[in-house]
Amino acid sequence: MKSTYILGAMAVAGLAASAASAATLDDVKAAGTIKCGVSTGLAGFSNPDAAGKWEGFDVSVCRALAAAVLGDAEKVTYVPTTGKTRFTALASGEVDILARNTTWTFSRDTDLGFDFVGVNYYDGQGFMVPKSLGVSSAKELDGATVCIQTGTTTELNLADFFRANNMTYEPVPIETNAEAQQKYLANACDAYTTDASGLAATRATFETPADHIILPEIISKEPLGPVVRHGDNQWGDVAMWTLNALIAAEEYGVTKANVDDMKANSNNPEVRRLLGVEGDLGAMIGLDSEFAYRAIKSEGNYGEIFDAFLGPNTAIGLERGLNAQWTQGGLLYAPPFR
Amino acid sequence: MSETHAETAFARKAPVAFVADGQIPASPPPSTAVGPVKWVKDNLFPGPVNTILTLASLAFVALLAYEILPWLIDSSWAPADMSLRGCRAEASGACFAVINERFYQFIFGFYPPEHYWRPTLAFIVVVVSLWPVLFPSAPRKLLILSALSPFICYWLIWGGSIWGPVAVLAAPAVGWLIAAKGGGAITKIVGEDFGPLATIVAAVAGVAIWLLFFLGPVTGALISIAPLALEEVASNRLGGFMLSLIIGLVGIVGSLPLGIALALGRQSKLLIVKAISVGFIETMRGVPLITLLFVASTLLNYFMPPGSNFDLILRVCIMVTLFASAYMAEVIRGGIAALPKGQYEAADAMGLTYWQSMRFIILPQALKISIPNIVSSFIGLFKDTTLVIVIGLLDPLGLSSAIRADQAWNGIVWELYGFIALFFFIFCYGMSRYSQYLERKLRTDHR
Repeated sequence: MKSTYILGAMAVAGLAASAASAATLDDVKAAGTIKCGVSTGLAGFSNPDAAGKWEGFDVSVCRALAAAVLGDAEKVTYVPTTGKTRFTALASGEVDILARNTTWTFSRDTDLGFDFVGVNYYDGQGFMVPKSLGVSSAKELDGATVCIQTGTTTELNLADFFRANNMTYEPVPIETNAEAQQKYLANACDAYTTDASGLAATRATFETPADHIILPEIISKEPLGPVVRHGDNQWGDVAMWTLNALIAAEEYGVTKANVDDMKANSNNPEVRRLLGVEGDLGAMIGLDSEFAYRAIKSEGNYGEIFDAFLGPNTAIGLERGLNAQWTQGGLLYAPPFR
Repeated sequence: MSETHAETAFARKAPVAFVADGQIPASPPPSTAVGPVKWVKDNLFPGPVNTILTLASLAFVALLAYEILPWLIDSSWAPADMSLRGCRAEASGACFAVINERFYQFIFGFYPPEHYWRPTLAFIVVVVSLWPVLFPSAPRKLLILSALSPFICYWLIWGGSIWGPVAVLAAPAVGWLIAAKGGGAITKIVGEDFGPLATIVAAVAGVAIWLLFFLGPVTGALISIAPLALEEVASNRLGGFMLSLIIGLVGIVGSLPLGIALALGRQSKLLIVKAISVGFIETMRGVPLITLLFVASTLLNYFMPPGSNFDLILRVCIMVTLFASAYMAEVIRGGIAALPKGQYEAADAMGLTYWQSMRFIILPQALKISIPNIVSSFIGLFKDTTLVIVIGLLDPLGLSSAIRADQAWNGIVWELYGFIALFFFIFCYGMSRYSQYLERKLRTDHR
């Protein structure tokens, strides 16, 4: 019993010690690199290419941040994390920021001691079925066998959805997405459910993607966003406003290609403040005035990043949907740069 | 034979019709009693049950070949569009283009391509330095290389200045110097009774002082004189089969001596030594390896001062070695327990000390008995290295899922797993064959 207390006290002391070194921005500047926690591999969001270079939608957040803070998008140390190690890696300081398709939930934001700096992708759980099943709505799935990853929130969402609609289902538990693809294609289950982006990525790999449809119902909210440690507000601000700069850039029509031109010639005061021509917004978060300019110059605006890794021209082929600008009926809404 | 015929005929006093005057040449055995036909009959179709089993097995093999061979033959290695779509456009079978494109990533992980020669050279050093350990026919002088190889390999793979590993290597030399040269003086001061103990304490203290206080300055000074540095490669760039081999080899090489020490400790009559050994073995065996990996990857970070960066792969290697040594200790204890009491008594009767009896009588026999189990443990340990995937290290299995996340290769399963299986099979089968060779070579009993 006594040793339990001692261990507990040591753990608390360790946590306190790691929380005490709060000035992540200074640490990052001193180290000259951002330690970025990414997924070990999720189609479209983060994966290493043949040369071992990480790329993807989440990776771009880290690259933009490195461009904003350090002036070079290459100055990122990628730390592959799994669903099990990601939070401890962030809490212990092994990574400075987690850009790893992490759902923003109440308990993660509060109890785990993290801050979500925004949402870079609005996801939601959906269903995929073969066309031959003749189903056009998830409400017609009564009695279906469903492939479902065990131990995830998707499992709970699925149970909730079927209970709320007075339907029954038979779960086929699977461990990984690769396993799910095999099971689903072998007709071991009628439907496969996971995040809609994952479904699209999976469907894109089939030999005949047109034979499968993703049902219109989205049964859960999965706002995915970058996460930083709670208590280091300056670093949180830097991450938050770098992400907002990418979103705002799309709203104002600033792209990778025209950013220099916009910087020199734009009369829009909002754009001028964003790109650091007017005012000194950067200094307020401990950076120079061109931090947003560098992030956009290196990675492009939000829409360009989306198109490069997830959009209709990629194999995944996702529509913008909820991830469109608020002016286009989506949820992306960057607060004013003022 | 002919004489016998003649004699019997003569005895009966009957007229002799025919007497063979030579031996009839032996006719070849019937074709069913020799050669391939007999082998097939004896080994494949000896009875109805075995015949049915043979036919069923043949049918199974044929079925497998029928399913797999077209897949293997109609495979795509280098389509114009290097992706799963390109493969499908070109061939209906396997898409080995993924192996083709990611081969070096599978071997070296994210190691900088211009430095591939370094891990390759390290691998050659390991092979050459294992040679004298595994085969007595090798030149004995290579053992010096074996002792140095961990330091050489560390320097080759991680880079940095050569003086770091050299300074660490100097630590045992410092201890030995103190023990050898200062032992007499120490004995004079503290007296005969405590001489050996004091010498050991002084040597250990000398090593500790060297490591704590002199290591940094001396290394720094040497670097400023002559850097002799390779470009540093960070741990997060290691991956693939190289990572499996590093963790596996460190575990294997480290766990055997540790395991022997723990096994002897567990048998010891000294209470504290015994208690520590039993406690360590039972704790380590009572915890799943995955838990220890999580401890290595996450919990240790909490306990260390913030900002200190204790290499993750080093942490994992240590944990894997400790885990494996607990199992190794029990395997070797089994071998020790299998020896009849007479062996111990014989050693005592010869007047051998504890260490002498262990070294010359007990351990050689115990280890020989344990060989199959030791090698089993090694193989298990080597395969367990794939568990590091749960803490985000990109071993071959981790790489396969990372590769599948690439849009070009999403959806490929069998080709990747088959390739990884082939690699592990080669190494595990090699270990297994070596253990059989060793058993044959050391067989001295009357079986």
